[in-house]
Amino acid sequence: MSAFRMLAAVAGLAVASSAAAAGPIKVGAILAVTGPASFLGAPEARTLEMLVQEVNARGGVMGHPIDLVVKDTGASSEKAISFARQLIEEDKVFAIIGPSTSGETMAIKGLAEEGKTLLLSLAAAEVIVNPVASHVFKVAPKDSFAAEMIFRQMKKMGISRIGFLSSNTGFGKAGKEQVERLAPEHGIQIALNEVYDKAATDLTAEVTKLKAANVQAILNWSIEPAQSIVIKNARQVGLTVPIFQSHGFANVQYAKAAGAAAEGVIFPASRIVVADQLAPSHPQKAVVDAYRKAYEARFKEDVSTFGGHAWDAFMILVKAIEQVGPDRAKVRAVVENMKGFVGTAGVFSFSAADHNGLDIDAFELLTVKNGRFVPLGQ
Amino acid sequence: MSLDLLLQYLVAGLTYGSIYAVVGIGFNIIYNATGIINFAQGEFVMLGGMLAVSFQRVVPLPLAIAGAVAATAGVGALVEVTFIRWLWKPSVLRMIVITIGVSILLREGALLLWGESVRSLPYFTGDEVSSIAVGGVRFSPQVLWVLGTTGLIVAFLSVFFGHTMLGWEMRACASNRDAAALCGIPTRNLVTLSFVLSAAIGALAGCVVSPITYTSYAVGAGLAIKGFTVAILGGLGNSMGAVAAGLVLGVLESLSVWVLPTAYKDTVSLTILLAILFMRPSGLFGSREASRLKEF
Repeated sequence: MSAFRMLAAVAGLAVASSAAAAGPIKVGAILAVTGPASFLGAPEARTLEMLVQEVNARGGVMGHPIDLVVKDTGASSEKAISFARQLIEEDKVFAIIGPSTSGETMAIKGLAEEGKTLLLSLAAAEVIVNPVASHVFKVAPKDSFAAEMIFRQMKKMGISRIGFLSSNTGFGKAGKEQVERLAPEHGIQIALNEVYDKAATDLTAEVTKLKAANVQAILNWSIEPAQSIVIKNARQVGLTVPIFQSHGFANVQYAKAAGAAAEGVIFPASRIVVADQLAPSHPQKAVVDAYRKAYEARFKEDVSTFGGHAWDAFMILVKAIEQVGPDRAKVRAVVENMKGFVGTAGVFSFSAADHNGLDIDAFELLTVKNGRFVPLGQ
Repeated sequence: MSLDLLLQYLVAGLTYGSIYAVVGIGFNIIYNATGIINFAQGEFVMLGGMLAVSFQRVVPLPLAIAGAVAATAGVGALVEVTFIRWLWKPSVLRMIVITIGVSILLREGALLLWGESVRSLPYFTGDEVSSIAVGGVRFSPQVLWVLGTTGLIVAFLSVFFGHTMLGWEMRACASNRDAAALCGIPTRNLVTLSFVLSAAIGALAGCVVSPITYTSYAVGAGLAIKGFTVAILGGLGNSMGAVAAGLVLGVLESLSVWVLPTAYKDTVSLTILLAILFMRPSGLFGSREASRLKEF
């Protein structure tokens, strides 16, 4: 990634010296490019790199080139805070895209609000936009919707007693709250509720506990490689019950990492990961197809929902600037009132009360079949 | 808790513990030859796994592992020749700073070379879902590979240090370097050999454990802390002590899940490390007499 950072810096310099007429718009990106959440941050950074080049190649936004500054947090909230300070106070960026994870976003929510800097988070937790902070938006679908979809499916399958695992990250904690809140409403009993460390590399002891608790299904909520390890370990100790994952599973790398053990895992995700299987008439078809083809051709890896979040955040920002020019207050207002924006995660309609703009239809239940993601029920 | 469940925890603990033990032994080999703690030991484990994953794309698995072990051993030699060999009686602090620097160098180098994504070798036998049932206990066949490999490494080392000339020379070099040099033992080359040896066994451990735990550029630091705990717990310089301590630590961590929230697993090993450093710095199996004579 550092080559990319250098490139971005050089591009930034070149732009700064040549574009006196229409000054560059400096956009910060705080992403977990390395570390335990790199399956999120790395495709996000690559997507932004691709989009910025595209936009600048066609002359920028209303003549203003975009100057992207990517900061790699390694999924550390402490680093996210110091980068946010630096971007807001020293670099005075126009807006910040990211952070990749919920924990980091919550750590800098207050800073963005105080600094009156537009923050377009790529993370999932509902707490990011509830309560609403005027400058903080998020483009990833809410965790409460994900939990809702999973419980509906469990009910359909006649499951009422589950074992719940989550990682000790912002994403895991926020998901845990939603799961604990929504489970009773759906008549689901959480027989065992375990939190593991985000850097966990073996969860045999945990799944052994689940096996002893005689659960009908496993639900795991995390974004780290641990979610691949959980399913492997569960199958290895002889647990054969259905396994559900959160929308954090929506990078096919996770399924590949778990190999044969990933078959049949059920999880909610936005449609970008099954772009090739969407009906031609689907409203998102054109957008997700174009992004997927460009990304996969350029980076030779499968597209993920996370890279898609970066696409959504960046394009929402570009669209808003195109409408009113690089004016912070006006752009914020435009984003807040944006309706019907077709993105990779769904069709966004923001309002003063809803800074996420997506509804539960943004999710579709998927499963893993022969190492590929396919819609459930196919 | 039923007996089956207890045994299931034990198997998980032993698998993990044996990897800690191998990392701990790596610390000990270099400590014995040089009197320093090589904080880049975890990076050798990482390099073994990562190199094997890359090699495995072009050659069959056994060859890939052999290649990764050889290449990591080469890196170990290179580290010693470049950073350690030319120093004349360096202070302990200086050596620590150097090895930490080397570990950062190797980690960042791996990040540049392989990127941030997580990789793993295929399972040596079966695949992700195969499991072996012994009584009510079920585990992956890879667990047997890990335990077997650890056993082989320990057996090899005890033969090497107990029954070969080279092993004796290394032990002589460990107990008194100046006296060993006076006897005509090439102490400098033996220090290089100690790096080669500990890099090689670290790499081998990195390969066998990779299907279970995955590997990425950043796994070294965590393993180094566990291995260091084990080396201290077993008594610095005592390889058999490290094996026992490694298994104890692995089992304790695994059993801790039974009573404590899972996220506290790492706290268990850090608590043990601190307690040992405060109360019995010579380790469980080390002698107080001997540790008083050591510089560090």
